[in-house]
Amino acid sequence: MESFRSLTVTQRDQILVEQQAFDIFKTFYNLPPSSQSFMLELQRENHVEYLTKGLTGLGPSFCVLDANRPWICYWILHSIALLDEFVDPELEDNTIDFLSRCQGPNGGYAGGPGQMPHLATTYAAVNSLVTLGGDKALSSINREKLYMFLRQMKDASGGFRMHDGGEIDVRACYTAISVASLLNILDDELVQNVGNYILSCQTYEGGISGEPGSEAHGGYTFCGLATMILINEVDRLDLSSLTDWVVFRQGVEGGFQGRTNKLVDGCYSFWQGGIFALLKRLNSTKRVKPIPLGDGEGSGEESPQTTASSDAAGEEGLNEDLSLGGSHSEIGDQHNTSSQVNVIDIDHNHSKGHANVEPLFNSLALQQYILLCSQELNGGLRDKPGKSRDHYHTCYCLSGLSVCQRSWLEDEDSPPLPRAVLGPYSNLLEPIHPLYNVVLDRYWGAHEFFTKS
Amino acid sequence: MDSREDDGGEPLSRMAEWRDVTPLPQDDGPNPVVPIAYKEEFRETMDYFRAIYKADERSPRALRLTRRAIHLNPGNYTVWHFRRLVLEALNADLDEELDFLQRIANSNSKNYQLWHHRRWVVDRLGANARAKELNLIKKILSIDAKNYHAWSHRQWVLQALGGWEDELDYCQQLLEEDIFNNSAWNQRYFVVTRSPYLGGLKAMRASEVRYTVEAILANPNNECPWRYLQGLYKDDIKALVNDPEISSVCLKPCHEFRDSVVALRTSDTDPLGPDLSMAICDILEHVDSLRASYWIWRKNKLSVAAV
Repeated sequence: MESFRSLTVTQRDQILVEQQAFDIFKTFYNLPPSSQSFMLELQRENHVEYLTKGLTGLGPSFCVLDANRPWICYWILHSIALLDEFVDPELEDNTIDFLSRCQGPNGGYAGGPGQMPHLATTYAAVNSLVTLGGDKALSSINREKLYMFLRQMKDASGGFRMHDGGEIDVRACYTAISVASLLNILDDELVQNVGNYILSCQTYEGGISGEPGSEAHGGYTFCGLATMILINEVDRLDLSSLTDWVVFRQGVEGGFQGRTNKLVDGCYSFWQGGIFALLKRLNSTKRVKPIPLGDGEGSGEESPQTTASSDAAGEEGLNEDLSLGGSHSEIGDQHNTSSQVNVIDIDHNHSKGHANVEPLFNSLALQQYILLCSQELNGGLRDKPGKSRDHYHTCYCLSGLSVCQRSWLEDEDSPPLPRAVLGPYSNLLEPIHPLYNVVLDRYWGAHEFFTKS
Repeated sequence: MDSREDDGGEPLSRMAEWRDVTPLPQDDGPNPVVPIAYKEEFRETMDYFRAIYKADERSPRALRLTRRAIHLNPGNYTVWHFRRLVLEALNADLDEELDFLQRIANSNSKNYQLWHHRRWVVDRLGANARAKELNLIKKILSIDAKNYHAWSHRQWVLQALGGWEDELDYCQQLLEEDIFNNSAWNQRYFVVTRSPYLGGLKAMRASEVRYTVEAILANPNNECPWRYLQGLYKDDIKALVNDPEISSVCLKPCHEFRDSVVALRTSDTDPLGPDLSMAICDILEHVDSLRASYWIWRKNKLSVAAV
């Protein structure tokens, strides 16, 4: 065993975090059962209080998020929805009004009233309105103008710019495509070459980077994979190497790291954990896909990294058929060899019943990390012990927890077995749609609204 | 660290220079949500910025105002964007702009807008800015050797402006400091595959394999070199499988299991028969129990493929 001083920075940092996590676990295991039950309880009331407070007032230090206010709305509203709680109708109206003031005259949503529209804040605003649900919220979105904004952000490379003159990266692709898909305005113009851009961002490690050449990263991998699924080009990715990479991002603490040899962070419970929710669907519906050798692995696709060219993390520091339920018929058609996948298609004609799958990641270990290391008993969740709670981590830790609880289910709608839920069954959160990260029944509400109009 | 030497934080409303401007308050509406309790200096600065932005005034005082706003909230991309418009309109000295960015770099090293702005400036300055830029990035990486923005920026500089000659050495140096630094390994891959001076992946493979194997043997529990090794053989799985150096390095660290694995080889010409692979999955299911369900899934896929 080397002396502490001869360890590298990576090793030192990792040991410190591991020790903190293990101290927590050790303390936990030595508690009497009743105290253990308490520790594993999701502090619903305290979380809701923390979240609602943020919706109505934020301190001066939040001025550094003054260009991200739709994000704060989304983090809070989505978390509240996951907890199956509701927001005062008055606050709902105020939110719709506020977001309308963030909506630009030429489409898209900005970080605040009077600012330039930005893809990430557009994503956050749309997701917030979808989460609120109802005609008033959904009709407040100017879809025609938003489509024009997306077209303007489209770059020749196939990617999207975050804003006028802004940076191009995989996050921008995801936020644009996700919004277009949700609002049923996805078309060939928006989709063309996006797949090529994302493909060029899959690295030798198997994960996806923000820009071609950069390091494989959980946030960008989620964004890249989700986008490829939405544009129906997911089989162009090397899914087996992607799976192998993400599986190894789960650490001994139970939580996920964003990159190889970096530290665990609660927010990756969703960015990395959510990837498994997406893969689960791909692996099960792949039955109708023609199989060359294995499941499309080594299918001869040019590797993106060697064909040269052909941007906090989630942190504050993201053909009409493709968009929504268009392919309902495909799943039931056994002769369909197209790889068209609508990930969340619940085919009620297939009597899968309560079919179960084994998650490819360790769901209970992740839940243990979230509940014991990320949860603050006073409300809110955080990156890791020693860090402060914030709305962003609250949102993504809870989103990850929801994914974990349903990771054994093939059918997102069925209730999980008690053994799938760590702690009391009352810890159960609402299911999400893993492509968009909005609560599933809010997704259906939006789907219905935007396919009608 | 205050770089607001131009106006020292004095209220704009009391400055003669701004007398002709009517500040524009934020249109938050009567009952905003997520309202921020702005400090007076912040509110005032942004009120004046909104006025200037709406009027599209691209003047020296507008430039100074954007600097002030950036200090208060470096995440305001609208302010950065407008600053670029003003810099262009004024045909400003971009070297000075780089100096300004340098001064605020350390406290904003993870800010998307700052790095994007840097890219814009350097793009206009061209090859002359290269050395200074690569140097600055080195400084940032010496504080945090994994800063994602810094690495992306570095890759952009190399591709846009060159400077590849010393990059492999730089990776080497970082890896000597911390062999677990995955960003440095990623950069190494970037250089080896894209540097116009090195001849490409195939040409570099032999020497890179030697380097990587050494790294594996020194720290077999370091995931980086293992993945890097696979990367070196991308699209050429047969070469990876047939390289005896590789298989011996794979077996070296697993003393306990080596004999059982070797015993399972059915023949030399088919070292990766399905039985062996499945046996390995069985072993991994127990040795790497965190990923037990993954290894079971892998094993099941093998039996499907074998049928």
